[in-house]
Amino acid sequence: MSAPATWRPPSLVPNPLYRYGLMALAGGYVLWSVGSLEVDWNRVAQGFPRAGGILGRMFPPDFSRWELLLRGVTESVEMALAASFVGMIVAVPLGLCAAVNLAPMPVYLLARSVIVFTRTFHEVIVAIVFVKVFGFGPLAGVLTLIVASVSFIAKMVAEDIENMQPGQVEAIRATGASFPKVLIYAITPQILPRYLGVSIYRLDANVRHSTVVGIVGAGGIGQTLSASFSRYDYDFSLAILLTIVALVFAGEFFSNWVRGRLR
Amino acid sequence: MLTITDLVKVYPTGQSALAGVSITVDKPQVVAIIGPSGAGKSTLIRCVNRLVEPTSGTIVLDGVEVTAMSRREVRKVRRRMGMIFQEYNLVERLTVMENVLSGCLGYVSFWRAYRRNYPAADVAAAFELLDRVGLTGYQDTRADALSGGQRQRVGIARALMQRPDLLLVDEPTASLDPKTARQIMRIIVELAHERGTPALVNLHDVHLAQSFADRIIGLREGKIVFDGSADGLNHQVLTDIYGEEDWSTTVVRPKGVAPGDRPKEDIEREAAAG
Repeated sequence: MSAPATWRPPSLVPNPLYRYGLMALAGGYVLWSVGSLEVDWNRVAQGFPRAGGILGRMFPPDFSRWELLLRGVTESVEMALAASFVGMIVAVPLGLCAAVNLAPMPVYLLARSVIVFTRTFHEVIVAIVFVKVFGFGPLAGVLTLIVASVSFIAKMVAEDIENMQPGQVEAIRATGASFPKVLIYAITPQILPRYLGVSIYRLDANVRHSTVVGIVGAGGIGQTLSASFSRYDYDFSLAILLTIVALVFAGEFFSNWVRGRLR
Repeated sequence: MLTITDLVKVYPTGQSALAGVSITVDKPQVVAIIGPSGAGKSTLIRCVNRLVEPTSGTIVLDGVEVTAMSRREVRKVRRRMGMIFQEYNLVERLTVMENVLSGCLGYVSFWRAYRRNYPAADVAAAFELLDRVGLTGYQDTRADALSGGQRQRVGIARALMQRPDLLLVDEPTASLDPKTARQIMRIIVELAHERGTPALVNLHDVHLAQSFADRIIGLREGKIVFDGSADGLNHQVLTDIYGEEDWSTTVVRPKGVAPGDRPKEDIEREAAAG
């Protein structure tokens, strides 16, 4: 008996009938979705000149009201910093409770539910609710960002704890250490760099998001931007947009720099 | 010193790991536990410090029944049992010194542990142990910067930092090259003898067990099939432990064993080789 000389990797879908059937379905779906896009080409045609008009009125950007601009930026950055700090702290106990290998099942389920629930709604929706409850201004914005930061960092902490090396924990437990000591000696060293990295990333994200929540009235530079649009101050709008770009760039660079140094 | 009686462990999956194991260690000796993968070696030593909860049976250490203890008492008794692991299980991002000092975590308060503020006597003992295992000057190196052999030396120092009454050693050399493996075994055995500490050492390398252990226990499918000195290991015993295989290159014929104890083919092959 001679050995076969050809070999192909086994197909993902072994049955050829299913395989070609799936391909046909995928192709059909693409055709259908392209066909069902109802593009009103008239409105598109009208939109372009209007966009040109707005762009024309944006130039040159108007930085003359820089004090207003600076106040908005400062408020945004303050919101981001405060929210990140509170988020970092509150996320630790929540993350511990949401790690399946540490928490008892009821605690785990409760903590996971909190995380899932708070992640369900986009920041803008949360911000609208908080603006209704606490009124316009940065308080609503900070609370929105805190909710988002806590659930994000807690989720990351929980997943990091679930992925840690159990051997290190076992070894520390074998010395007779109690759970709090296992926590500081075997768990913290394993998750600390990622925790700090995620927190810095969240700070960067909060700077970006703080500009968004402002649009629904939750304070910061976004609120300034929203106001300028509604007053047709397009040149001031451009100045704000450019400032936001600079701010986000700065946040991104800072975040990358810090995370590059953590290990 | 240590008495294990009728120890049984059935995992929740229904898998039986130990099917009635009884061992008495009544003097400070190094006991090697050999056996194939899945024979229950790891489960056995993890039952002793209750990292694994035994299903039934008793374990008595110095007159106190470990198997009847509450969680708090278990933590206390664990302080007296030093454990050494196959994968070293050092806290990778901590320094060598922090790892060694973690051996006295059971004795210091939370805040002392948190601030790494250990009693001077413990720090002195840790430095001495680092000297003893050949890692002088490595106290500030991070564990993840060490080689396998160096890591296991730290693991040994951490276990002895507990000033244990019993050493539990799980495949200490399985991840090491043969030379380092012998060095590590030598350190463990020397320290155990020096301090008069009995040691249970899981090994899968029969040669290492023969060279270093005072006593060998053979485990197969959760049962003890051999308990004796290294001299007692012969073709039949190894077949009982591991199953049918050509053991002629493994068995170093001890003095006073009749040639008839070994298969004829081996003797003929040896004779042919001159």
